[in-house]
Amino acid sequence: MALLVDKHRPRTLETLSYHHDLSSRLKSLAQSGDFPHLLVYGPSGAGKKTRIVATLKELYGPGVEKIKIDSRVFQTTSNRKLEFNIVASVYHLEITPSDVGNYDRVVVQDLLKEVAQTQQVDLGAKQRFKVVVINEADQLTRDAQAALRRTMEKYSPNLRLILLANSTSNIIAPIRSRTLLVRVAAPSEPEICAVLKKVGVKEGWKEVPALNQKIAKESGRNLRRALLMYEAVHAQNETVTDRTPIPPPDWEALIEQIAREIIAEHTPAKILEVRAKLYDLLTHCIPATTILKTLTFKLVPHIDDALRADVIKWSAFYEHRVRMGNKVIFHLEAFVAKFMRICESYAMGIDF
Amino acid sequence: MLFYGPPGTGKTSTILALAKQLYGPELLKSRVLELNASDERGISIVREKVKDFARQQLSNPPTGEYRKRWPCPPFKIIVLDEADSMTQDAQSALRRTMETYSRITRFCLVCNYVTRIIDPLASRCSKFRFKSLDRGNAGRRLEEIAQAEGVKLGEGATEALVRTSEGDLRKAITFLQSAARLVGAETMAKGGKKGKGDADDDAMDVDEPELLGEVDVKTVEEIAGVVPAATINTLLAAMQPGKRAVYEPVAAAVAEMVADGWSATQVLGQLYEKILFDDTVPDRQKNKIVMVFSEADKRLVDGADEHLAVLDLALRVAGVLGEG
Repeated sequence: MALLVDKHRPRTLETLSYHHDLSSRLKSLAQSGDFPHLLVYGPSGAGKKTRIVATLKELYGPGVEKIKIDSRVFQTTSNRKLEFNIVASVYHLEITPSDVGNYDRVVVQDLLKEVAQTQQVDLGAKQRFKVVVINEADQLTRDAQAALRRTMEKYSPNLRLILLANSTSNIIAPIRSRTLLVRVAAPSEPEICAVLKKVGVKEGWKEVPALNQKIAKESGRNLRRALLMYEAVHAQNETVTDRTPIPPPDWEALIEQIAREIIAEHTPAKILEVRAKLYDLLTHCIPATTILKTLTFKLVPHIDDALRADVIKWSAFYEHRVRMGNKVIFHLEAFVAKFMRICESYAMGIDF
Repeated sequence: MLFYGPPGTGKTSTILALAKQLYGPELLKSRVLELNASDERGISIVREKVKDFARQQLSNPPTGEYRKRWPCPPFKIIVLDEADSMTQDAQSALRRTMETYSRITRFCLVCNYVTRIIDPLASRCSKFRFKSLDRGNAGRRLEEIAQAEGVKLGEGATEALVRTSEGDLRKAITFLQSAARLVGAETMAKGGKKGKGDADDDAMDVDEPELLGEVDVKTVEEIAGVVPAATINTLLAAMQPGKRAVYEPVAAAVAEMVADGWSATQVLGQLYEKILFDDTVPDRQKNKIVMVFSEADKRLVDGADEHLAVLDLALRVAGVLGEG
């Protein structure tokens, strides 16, 4: 059984359920025959990918849905072999260069050039150019982005790029100036509710508006998460009512627990206990940034208003450290310790 | 030669045009080698490809008529585009090559940041700085393009484009094209609801930021990725001191902004301008605020989490504003 998320993913631009302006714009872009390079950005779960797939379909017709997975081997300058997966149809390629970490430049250079230098094979194709979709473009290294610049201009008759990113902050300016920026905002809560309702009807589940609203609120305007939660709730309970609890993910529950403990007790012994829990989270592959962020937002509601700015300040500080450093546990623990210290000094009324 | 300047000021166009004018269509292939960041440019390439090309004898120019039309000077040109993304090693490997073959080969380095070019290389080049375009020139060029493409521009439209693109002509042209596309599409969708032609509508769309219309402001701002003034103002209002609880409204505004997908750098830039040109904020506070901004920017560039970074920025600025 496919997940609801995949099962009910809209396939065409017309069936997209929100941001109708955007859909119609993409549609007209696809029809105008003069398709620019796109840089699509927005928070996760906002429907970037869905929109792009739908746009591709609009461009080339149903042929794009016949997807095959290629595995290619690239050779780096230091003669290391890289395995790299490409999702491709006759008309387009989809790559995630950040998979290969630091070597993404090699992939971008080799692959894009190869694609760009050959013309569209299928004469019956609607468009003369091929499309390359680059996922997680904000994770590309500077080198790889620089390599993109000229390729974009030089081979524009044969090649269009669609970059997908969570934010434009990490995209270098030359790339931004060469692409049409498309912002995909996260759906609002009523929009999520509407989608949930539609899916519920299709699945023949009983509709509980209050629950839907609760899910929409819990999901933090992330449609994918909302749908997964919706499915989880329905899978776990035979009949759902207004008061059916929404099970939070395990890791969130654990972070919640950590937050409560940190607030309750400020001692070195506690830090040791917390450390064990943090390690537990880390070994389950929860990214440190997520831990820190969730922890912060769980802590903040429980503390005095005067402290909040400070806590956020240090949270941002340690988050930055996590990015720069390579041993994340240090920074997570440092944040916990710092938090305790802030609380303590506030409670005692002395600055130490 | 060493060309440097911000993106979109025509560095690459200049050198390519120059090469074309010097050699004409027939010699261009054999006399000019263009390498850019999309080509592999490690030290080995500099040693082999560049050196080989530099060593080659000059190809014979066709005689007679051709010579009269194109000057065909007796040297080759190697264009190293985006030279600032070359490694230090590769750059130092160039040094000797440049000197040895200077009789028959000239180099042209094109880059954004002259500081990334190692000194020994820079001292071997005559430098040309490309200033970012002033409004008049960029505007005129945009109008020319608009005319050639049959797009009619309204009053103030060019200015709006130039302003949003910050002197980057390529950006401005991309905006122009996108605006034309999008609005062309929208008119189609609306079925001539406005009762105007395509081109006319386009012009309207572009100059809308000046007039603050309803839908079209959004279109242009969307294209440029500009955060609407209203959103920024909400955040600013939340940051104003006075009420005791600063945190709640600021956190709400920031969460909203992040969910809407606005780019944090853009928010940062616009907030910065707003606050800096706000005369009611005393200079001493501004100093502190600028510090906060610079730190936040560094974090964003390093790839820190946007939500936390912006929230931190907003709260700290609010804190500074509250001091005075």
